[in-house]
Amino acid sequence: MDLGSQEKIKRLADEHGPEQLLVVLGAPDAESAEIAAETLVLGDPTYAGALAEVQLGLSVYHVLEDEFRSQIPEDVFEDQIGVMADVLEAEEIATAVKGMREQAPAPG
Amino acid sequence: MRAPVISATSAALAHVPGLARHGSKPSRELPRDAELEQRFLGALRTFEQAVAYPPHQAFLGTLHPRELPERPWVSARSDGAERFTGAGELMPEEEFLGLMAAVDEFDLLTLGAEHAEAAAGALSRHPLAERFDLERLAKAGGDTERAAAERGALPLYLGADRLVGAMRAADEVDAALSAPVLLENLTVKASAALALTRLLADHDIEPESIDYVIGAGEEAIGDRYQRGGGNLAKSVAAVAGLSEASGADVKNFCAAPVPALVIAGSLVASGVFERVAVIAGGSLAKLGMKFEGHLKHDLPVLEDVLGAAALLVEADDGRSPRIRLDSVGCHRVVDGSSNPKIMEALCVAPLDRLGLGTLEVDDYATELHNPEITEPQGSGDVAQRNYKTIAALAVRRGELAREDIDSFVTKHGMPGFAPTQGHIASALCYLPHAHARLTSEAARRVQLIAKGSLFLGRMSEASDGMSVLLEANNHEGG
Repeated sequence: MDLGSQEKIKRLADEHGPEQLLVVLGAPDAESAEIAAETLVLGDPTYAGALAEVQLGLSVYHVLEDEFRSQIPEDVFEDQIGVMADVLEAEEIATAVKGMREQAPAPG
Repeated sequence: MRAPVISATSAALAHVPGLARHGSKPSRELPRDAELEQRFLGALRTFEQAVAYPPHQAFLGTLHPRELPERPWVSARSDGAERFTGAGELMPEEEFLGLMAAVDEFDLLTLGAEHAEAAAGALSRHPLAERFDLERLAKAGGDTERAAAERGALPLYLGADRLVGAMRAADEVDAALSAPVLLENLTVKASAALALTRLLADHDIEPESIDYVIGAGEEAIGDRYQRGGGNLAKSVAAVAGLSEASGADVKNFCAAPVPALVIAGSLVASGVFERVAVIAGGSLAKLGMKFEGHLKHDLPVLEDVLGAAALLVEADDGRSPRIRLDSVGCHRVVDGSSNPKIMEALCVAPLDRLGLGTLEVDDYATELHNPEITEPQGSGDVAQRNYKTIAALAVRRGELAREDIDSFVTKHGMPGFAPTQGHIASALCYLPHAHARLTSEAARRVQLIAKGSLFLGRMSEASDGMSVLLEANNHEGG
């Protein structure tokens, strides 16, 4: 995950508390989605950014996951994401992100 | 209105493993981790490996990207790969440093006397030798250690550890004229000059016949009062002997080459100029950008070449591929930044306007980044993603069956093969192939699609892009 985004998310988490944040990913494949999710849940695995060794345990979803998709009007999803949903490996991406989400440390 | 055509193209690569450490990412990461630096230096490629690397041969026109062997390409056999090809050449670092000195009009680059002599010797045997300013190169010879010790100077190495030169700052406090920035600018100038010189020599073009040069490289040269002041184009025109030419740069992040081509075509079509060259040099800042992913996967530092290209636009000559100015696709402000919306605006909307279907374009050339470079760092296969998006749009338009998406990608797309210097990857790298295929009637239409990430400059959330269709000259109906 790029360093600017890491910094921005860390700042928001410090300001509002990680439990107040939900991050929606748009990464186009399972590998990059997993790295992004790992960064937001367990910390930056490349140790390069602001989230290195910072376990925010954020709620993270991919835009193609049913949990997210069901929350937005179908016509909006269709207009903005529909074409990509046709070609990306949605299930593979969802499994990768879910796997990371489940590794979030228990709150408190 | 006169129909503009692309009458000639060229491609050049410079293999610069020693300069790779001055890429933006390595220059930040290596100085703070000695062990990492050693691993980086130990993973640099030899010149022979760079020549044998199949994507480089595809870049230089020896094989079409669709003819690339199965990956991994790093371990592919060379099968007689040559430095010099029909479309251009891959220049070794020793010579390229010499070429940089030969185009350095402000004596900013000092080469060790021994290296300057060796480089001059090698360049004097180069097929383009008479077009290089070897006298200026000879004057660049000096005391490397003294030059490198100057305040703000940057030592330059050949390969991993042979100190052969130093780049000096032109001003002690002006960040736009610091040694790292000037090194970037000089590498663009030298690589673009190599591509332009090849264009002239390989196609028997009189340098004086070119009226205008448009620079589409990524670097924005300038000083503290106008950091992106520009006009590297004219400086390249000057060293390539284009005495009658003026020029200017077009800036648009990675998307610049297509707008540059469209502007060139428009200048010719309107009769403002007869012959316009579009040029782009390589981006030093992008070298080693994804090296951490490469080292992690036991790959060599794959971003060790500078890519450059040049092409000539002139009025219809009855044989060269036409630039269809009525096919220009624009990414408007209202189009937004989602990838499908961008592709709809750039790929589909212009075809609709011309009454063409997506299957009537033989080749789509879009962001052709080499996936062997991007995947290890988690950036995925950029080219394939774009082709799948185009295919998905075709499915939605009822022009393609869903189960044919993969075959569409194989037939109308191609594997990425360009260095990760976005402007070079953004369709420009395909020009030698497009020219060959359209001229030989192997293809009738090629759509060039370029996209740029404007948000990187923090002045807009927007993206941008432009597309244009090239068509075989003898094809009726255009």
